[in-house]
Amino acid sequence: MSGASSDASTLANPRELDLGLPVSYLAEGRSVASWLFTTDHKRIAILYALSITFFFFIGGAAATLVRLELFTPEGNIVGADTYNKLFSLHGIVMVWFFLIPSIPTTMGNFLLPLMIGARDLAFPKLNLISWYLNMAGGLLTLAAVLAGGIDTGWTFYVPYSTVFSNTFVTLAVLGVFVSGFSTIATGVNFIATVHYLRAPGMTWFRLPLFVWAMYTTSLIFVLATPVLALTLVLVIAERTFNLPIFDPARGGDPILFQHLFWFYSHPAVYIMILPAMGVISEVITCYARRRIFGYSFMVYALVAIAVIGFFTWGHHMFTSGMSPFAALVFSFLSFIVAVPSAIKVFNWTATLYRGQIGFESPMLYALGFLGLFTMGGLTGLFLASVPIDVHVQDTYFVVAHFHYIMVGASVSAYFAGLHFWWPKVTGRMYPESWARFAALLMFFGFNLTFFPQFIAGYLGMPRRYYTYPPEFQVWNVLSSSGAAVLAAAYLMPLGYLTWSLFFGGRALNDPWNATGLEWRTTSPPPRQNFFGNPQVLAPPYDYHPEATPPGDEPRIAEKGALT
Amino acid sequence: MSAGGDLIEKTAERHRREPWDELGLAGERAFAYQRAGATFGIWIFIASEVLFFGALFLLYTAMRLEHAADFAIAARETNIVYGTLNTALLLTTGLCAAIASQASEQKGLQRLTLWCLGATVLLGLAFMAVKGVEYSEDIEKHLLPGAGFALKEPATQLFFGFYWLATSIHAIHLSIGIALVVRLIWKEWREPGFLFESPQVEVVMLYWGFVDMIWIVLYPMLYLDGRAG
Repeated sequence: MSGASSDASTLANPRELDLGLPVSYLAEGRSVASWLFTTDHKRIAILYALSITFFFFIGGAAATLVRLELFTPEGNIVGADTYNKLFSLHGIVMVWFFLIPSIPTTMGNFLLPLMIGARDLAFPKLNLISWYLNMAGGLLTLAAVLAGGIDTGWTFYVPYSTVFSNTFVTLAVLGVFVSGFSTIATGVNFIATVHYLRAPGMTWFRLPLFVWAMYTTSLIFVLATPVLALTLVLVIAERTFNLPIFDPARGGDPILFQHLFWFYSHPAVYIMILPAMGVISEVITCYARRRIFGYSFMVYALVAIAVIGFFTWGHHMFTSGMSPFAALVFSFLSFIVAVPSAIKVFNWTATLYRGQIGFESPMLYALGFLGLFTMGGLTGLFLASVPIDVHVQDTYFVVAHFHYIMVGASVSAYFAGLHFWWPKVTGRMYPESWARFAALLMFFGFNLTFFPQFIAGYLGMPRRYYTYPPEFQVWNVLSSSGAAVLAAAYLMPLGYLTWSLFFGGRALNDPWNATGLEWRTTSPPPRQNFFGNPQVLAPPYDYHPEATPPGDEPRIAEKGALT
Repeated sequence: MSAGGDLIEKTAERHRREPWDELGLAGERAFAYQRAGATFGIWIFIASEVLFFGALFLLYTAMRLEHAADFAIAARETNIVYGTLNTALLLTTGLCAAIASQASEQKGLQRLTLWCLGATVLLGLAFMAVKGVEYSEDIEKHLLPGAGFALKEPATQLFFGFYWLATSIHAIHLSIGIALVVRLIWKEWREPGFLFESPQVEVVMLYWGFVDMIWIVLYPMLYLDGRAG
């Protein structure tokens, strides 16, 4: 059935305006094939959401075992080898198959065309192919795990990964290599879409910040991922064809690997955080009922982070014997990249000023993001300072720092976005009190897990060991207990969001009374996204338009959403 | 409507894809826009490829800075005849590809387009054949890094490690290019008139041109070093 929906029961609220749109993308074809061969960006987003959720829980299970082992100083659950394989599995899966694709491929895929008023991404078939590539990569890596595991850590440092490790490195590296094509394809698709398929009136400086975040992330996808691809090819070639490129015994240079690897992997951190920043800009404006503070600076900051992020990789290598001059330059650049990040934090805070702040669950996640990102960012400055970095290199201080950014900030933002757009994506409302509880629990569990690691690391506990001196036990017990709380907090959304799919109330078209084109269509949207061709007449975040008094704009729409 | 206008309308119809067909633009303008989008997409991909090979060239630069003398010795072992012949072959394919790309947009040049695509494939295959012969000679001369390598100087193995890696990555790219061009020819054979105004011709040819260009950089790196001056 593809006619207009005259069925009143599909409307959440009988008073809501029936937009007369065709059936939703979810109702168009129910067979498995209609999902596996779809070119609809919204369905591909769902496919990605399923696969990254799968990988998230695999990576999470490995982390749980790691934390369980670290509960006591002795190794009593797993041996050294298994422990190495567990943290490697955790890192590889979480970085490449959850965090990097997380927000771009789910929310980005779903929302980018909707937010700019397009019907689909520029190259819909390429989009589908990118999901298959991602799955192929993930399954290859999982095959390596099932075959016996990988013990190199997620960084695959040579010469360990090329000469010494006897595990299934080649297979795992091949998996990551294949998934790299997937991200490049997504990047090309997003960039072309933003350039070519914006609706009339959607000028560059009217783009929602989420779209800018996707655009800048895509630039990193396209320009950094190939360097990783080549680096991984070198590792594979060295293992299988015995090439000498990284082998010091034959004149090769293992440090070269680190330069190439971090040239990708440092920008990869920005692949994880820029999309999160985009989500937060959407959520904070909506729940503070404020226009974003300093829109153009928010845009410049995103671009600056993406560009400067390419030139800071050396701060991962301060102890690799680089010249003091190079270390100085990389240290300086790492400080510089903190400036646009700080601009963003200040602007979000300023957006809250005199806002009508509501504490709905997406906002709770977003406020959690603000705190955790600030914490992660500031400890990043510690690590950008050469003397401190040398002191805490390879300790839990580093582990805590990057988990504050990658989990505290990015995953919080992922959940913020997931809750914020859940009604739009599924057409269902989730139970708000459960969601608020999960958000608070996640924040609490996260801090309990990772804050003690700063202290343990500062006191000198090295990372990647399955045993440790007993004086660190108190911090590890705190951390492991926090991990249990965190695990519960991550399982909760899985439960109540799934529940909402079947029993949740129907969502309004614009349940949060948000601005943005994605709310100007039905929940869930039809295959064609919009009825007619949308036109954009105003800048984004048109909350509290000028000349209306600050005060009591209703947050929950009483009225239906008009196109 | 004239027959020519009809043809243009028909090709535009054939090549139009979602979501480009729903922009609310008039048929011909929408198609031009779609073409521009496709070209833009491949340029972005080429930018990505530049970084891929950029990393490879960086590797070469770093290694050669450290071991300039050994690299010169090793580079003299490559076969300059095959290398130069291949350069000539590949540059000729570049010419054919450029002509095919332009001709596909002109009415009445379908046959020329097809011939140029055919020549591109054949010369590309010839390149691969020469490369194969060269590879087998290299193996006979024990130029594979590892035990029993022909040269004494340690860093010469580095050079040949790079040689095998770079040429095989280039050959993989070229094979993909050949497959893409063969696909275009096959499409034309299945559906005469397909190539006319197809955005795919320019996209494939831009990729081909890029692979060509990589060889132009590889050639002096692998064959001329140590022979100049």
